[in-house]
Amino acid sequence: MADALRNIHRNRRWLGLISLLMGLFLWWLVSQTANLPSFILPSPMEVWSRFLVALADGSLFLNTGVTLFEILCGLFAGAGLATVIGYLVAKSRALERVLAPYLVASQAVPLVAIAPLLVIWFGPGMFSKILICALIVFFPVLVNTVVGVRAVPPALNDLMHSLRATRGQILLKLEIPAALPIFLSGLRIGATLSVIGAVVGELVGSDRGLGFLINIGRGQYDTALVFVAIFMLIILALVLYGIVAWIESRVLSWQEWRSQ
Amino acid sequence: MTTAPILTVQDLSAVFPDNNGGLRALQNVSFEICPQEFICVLGPSGSGKTTLLRILAGLLKPTSGKVDFGNGRQPRIGMVFQQANLMPWRTAIQNIMLPLELDGMDHDAAKERARKLIDLVGLQGFESSLPRDLSGGMAQRVAIARALIHDPDLLLLDEPFGSLDALTRERMWTELSRIWQARQKTVIMVTHSIEESLFLADRVLVLTQRPGRIKLDLTVDIPRPREDEMRYTSHFGELAKKLKEAIG
Repeated sequence: MADALRNIHRNRRWLGLISLLMGLFLWWLVSQTANLPSFILPSPMEVWSRFLVALADGSLFLNTGVTLFEILCGLFAGAGLATVIGYLVAKSRALERVLAPYLVASQAVPLVAIAPLLVIWFGPGMFSKILICALIVFFPVLVNTVVGVRAVPPALNDLMHSLRATRGQILLKLEIPAALPIFLSGLRIGATLSVIGAVVGELVGSDRGLGFLINIGRGQYDTALVFVAIFMLIILALVLYGIVAWIESRVLSWQEWRSQ
Repeated sequence: MTTAPILTVQDLSAVFPDNNGGLRALQNVSFEICPQEFICVLGPSGSGKTTLLRILAGLLKPTSGKVDFGNGRQPRIGMVFQQANLMPWRTAIQNIMLPLELDGMDHDAAKERARKLIDLVGLQGFESSLPRDLSGGMAQRVAIARALIHDPDLLLLDEPFGSLDALTRERMWTELSRIWQARQKTVIMVTHSIEESLFLADRVLVLTQRPGRIKLDLTVDIPRPREDEMRYTSHFGELAKKLKEAIG
């Protein structure tokens, strides 16, 4: 028994895979025994064959590509803007006072509530989705940039000044590396949220994208298609999260405690 | 000494704004320092020692008075703080190279000079260690090497050994006086240890309780190299007594 436990522990990288397979099995079991029509709960095999069909007719590729494009544009625009504004806010208490009411208000209003407005204003095309995506990414990245830049040790600032460092050198050699850990964890949150932003926008009104596929699938009782789209979204979120986490582990290898 | 002073401080005062008329940290402090002198600034806590050092480093503007560096230009400064104050994402040698990087020196030349300093402070084998893997004494030696690498005109030390244990501290004294003699630097070191100042300094300036002013300017005429045994001599005792009385 103890041996078995130790073995499980040693092979814990497989645990995630095993748990996934068990989940799939459970799903299959329920779909077989619960006697539900397939437009309520399709079996894993039905979803798989729907996936192959969508892959073959090109609709999956196109719509995943559209959503991914929206996510990436929104993520870059939102995170980029948040980084610049976050840095300025961290440096200026006055700017913080000016922007604070808007920033707090933007967080108090649920994004789902303003998404229809943005679609009305900017149309059902990709631009409104990119905007929603950027909006949802903006706040966590902004907050973590502010916290990260303010966390720069004042003693290191003194050191740089005693060496007559220029503003650019302080930014490059002190502030960026010192703020990076906190900034990147904000970006990690933002990357996952960006998927939500794009889909919320597509669900409100669009003619392309994975959110559009979900809408179609719902309308035509093609529940297997809804499942396919959801799985694609999960994969997109995991990949984005994984990329940021990978960058984190590369850039922040000096912080060994992170991995412990 | 007959050489022209490298640093003249005239009538320096520093007041920090607070709610009741300002906190006077320094009042009418004046002194001169000759090249290659080792000065210790001694005083009770709250006597404005660190304020004085920060003004000399250009980190703080004095409220009144003048700091004049011999040749008129801004001096190059090497500073060592109470904590080692290393960048945790840089290895030991990268930390030491920082001042040269800021000067825009070629990477290979900078590394070459950093290697020499690693030897000087006795950290061979730890070039690529990160600060988290260095002991307090080793980290402080990296900080000293970093303060020396760009060949500064003036070395400012703010209680650099305060956070070390007694044994390491005394070893660092020997190291520092050896480095000082090898490098021929002008040094101003803030400390609250009488022993430390007598072990290291040519001259000790004693500051009074806030607002700090100079109460005693004592020349330490103990011959170098100063050994452990010197602290049991009667002369050492006399000097220590004078300093002790001045601090009050």
